[in-house]
Amino acid sequence: MDLNFSAEDVAFRDDVRAFIRDEYPVELHGKIDEGEELSKEDFLKWHRVLAKKGWIAPAWPTQYGGTGWTSVQRYIWSEETASADAIRLMPFGLSMVGPVIYTFGTAEQKAAHLPGILSGDVWWCQGYSEPGAGSDLASLRTKAERFTGEDGKEYYRVNGQKTWTTMAQHADWGFFLVRTNAEVKAQEGISFLLIDMKTPGITVRPIITLGGEHEVNEVWLEDVIVPVENRIYEENKGWTCAKFLLAHERTGIAGVAASKRGVERIKSVARAEQDGGQPLLKNPFFKRKIAELEVDLAALEFTELRTLAGESSGKGPGPESSLLKIKGTEIQQRLTELALEAAGHYGAPYFRSFGEGDNESAIGPDYSRRVAPTYFNMRKTSIYGGSNEIQRNIIAKMVLGL
Amino acid sequence: MDFNLTDEQTMLKDTVQRYLADTYSFDTRMKAVHSGKGWNPAVWKAFAEELGILGAPFAEAHGGLGGGAVENMIVMEEIGRAMVLEPYLSTVVIGGGALKAVGGAIADAVIPEIIAGNVIIAFAYAEPQGRYHLHDLVTSARKEGAGWVLNGHKSVVTSAPYATHLLVTARTSGAQRDAGGISLFLIPASLAGISRRDYATVDGGAASEVYFENVVMGAEHLLGSVDAGLPVIEQIVDEATAAVCAEACGLLRVLQATTLDYARQRKQFGKAIGDFQVIQHRIVDMFLEVEQAVSITLMATLKLDTADRSAAVSMAKAKVGKAAKFVGQNAVQIHGGIGISNELSVGHYFKRSTLVEALFGSVDHHFDRYERIAID
Repeated sequence: MDLNFSAEDVAFRDDVRAFIRDEYPVELHGKIDEGEELSKEDFLKWHRVLAKKGWIAPAWPTQYGGTGWTSVQRYIWSEETASADAIRLMPFGLSMVGPVIYTFGTAEQKAAHLPGILSGDVWWCQGYSEPGAGSDLASLRTKAERFTGEDGKEYYRVNGQKTWTTMAQHADWGFFLVRTNAEVKAQEGISFLLIDMKTPGITVRPIITLGGEHEVNEVWLEDVIVPVENRIYEENKGWTCAKFLLAHERTGIAGVAASKRGVERIKSVARAEQDGGQPLLKNPFFKRKIAELEVDLAALEFTELRTLAGESSGKGPGPESSLLKIKGTEIQQRLTELALEAAGHYGAPYFRSFGEGDNESAIGPDYSRRVAPTYFNMRKTSIYGGSNEIQRNIIAKMVLGL
Repeated sequence: MDFNLTDEQTMLKDTVQRYLADTYSFDTRMKAVHSGKGWNPAVWKAFAEELGILGAPFAEAHGGLGGGAVENMIVMEEIGRAMVLEPYLSTVVIGGGALKAVGGAIADAVIPEIIAGNVIIAFAYAEPQGRYHLHDLVTSARKEGAGWVLNGHKSVVTSAPYATHLLVTARTSGAQRDAGGISLFLIPASLAGISRRDYATVDGGAASEVYFENVVMGAEHLLGSVDAGLPVIEQIVDEATAAVCAEACGLLRVLQATTLDYARQRKQFGKAIGDFQVIQHRIVDMFLEVEQAVSITLMATLKLDTADRSAAVSMAKAKVGKAAKFVGQNAVQIHGGIGISNELSVGHYFKRSTLVEALFGSVDHHFDRYERIAID
């Protein structure tokens, strides 16, 4: 056992640092720390820089455009990007549908879709949840009926409603779970379809969340015609792709590096905030909460490292990744609680003035500008990607055998 | 021992509850939020004229109903239940409380105007450096002739955009964090030299940063004695804190009840999610928190006129603050995605209860205060 990075890893880390320092778009500096809402263009700026360098998809196999990094190097990469306050790329193409396509797709599907994911030219969204299918995802009802078109080709006619579709307002394509057989057990009648979001019959409607953000949407599908070639893997075997993708979604969901950055940020806020004539960081109650976060974060970090070590010795991410999701999201949420607490009275002002757009400057200190909306918004993390209750069920069943 | 409400108190509760149930729906409230004003003046007029509740804690000699802290608790719990935006807390509980505490000609003059709905008071006490320490004051009032000259900046003054009067804490002598040398003033919001930056708060209310620049105040604006304002300020803030706990009880009761309803209706895996034991126990824990919050709020309210006042209020606020976080977060969690959308009321109750958690002191602040007072 060895806690230290090898000389190669240290050299790699220095390369990564230099690259981020020199190439990270200047105009994006500070956007994460300030909790700003990011535009499509913000995401794409950083995406294009990484695509050009060939570092856009570290987790992918090299033959599809991966970097060939070891799991330790990938870990270093995520640490360094987070501590540099780099924006996190949208996962829908790179971490979700991309791996599904190169794992389950045909040669034609790989050729058609992987390049656009890597370049950032195609923005993807995820059509999973439905109003009646949240935690119980397999109960989804969006229906895809197969028919032969006048051109003699095979198509699906898709009808239904998806919800909580993140960033669908920007999406060019979406990957959807649809029901192709209602006669069998729920999981056995689902197919995985790629749908061009410009297809007639698709309506995207915004859902505004507690902090006033527009991140998620309802997606309505009405007689949407999809060529059968857009189905990934076999008909009625979509659940296999979905399970693969859900396990994939959970690795990296621990967000250790970003949370470390968050702790440092709160410490600097607590040095600036006054409490009874001394810095808030000197308040023993507040200080203890920071200490508890750091302790829990260290435990999470080494749990993630153990998982990574397991992966590099050939074990894929297993149900243990549910642990990372639960503890990672709890820490992320506690960070936002503490940031709100640190802001004191200045947690209350809303950054949007009455009616017209953002308040041009913060009401209180800059760091207080979005603490409350961020706290509200981050409640989503224990709900999305399989709620933390569902993650506990997975551990109970798959790990403990209960 | 008797925890029953009197007939008059029961009538007050029923009156407010019925009025709000009939006229103050969630949609109506959101209209006021989106009006750009953060309140609805017509509701205030109805409180004064139709319901007569603005006189609840005032003496009959002033035209009030002859009540006190329990009456404020009753009204504030209903205000929480309906998420009322209008400024009962700052005007009646705090402004009225200060006037009752100092008495005299100014009380005789202003209390009837509060009861009539003509005077709306905003409490300008917080400062950027002060956090929850009431005596950490940079705002100063300098003696000049018979009156005073006020300078300073007050933070997040709730209801200031539409208040007729400001209740201001200021240093009249001593150093920034001295307990002595603090005075309390009640001034018209229109005095020359007062400027504001108005904004909405995350819970849909309205507040301002208030700046005083050489504001000339007459001697008649001083409430109580010069330099000896802190005991009065602590008293009215304790009374306000107890009232905020009562508001929280109303908010939490709705959060818990709404969540229970949802758990009964929402079906996943072929049954109501309320059939899962993990959800049942969570809602049971929410219920336990709410009941304890109600109990400790009652305890603090009944001790407001005793020597245990400060310890009791800090106990209550610490307990209620913890309850607010637990109940609010779990209400959202059990609702799942729609708990985070702006469409349902549950998210708005969560936002309000989040602000209430920090109002007049966080959980840590009140544990600390309780330890200092009560544990040697």
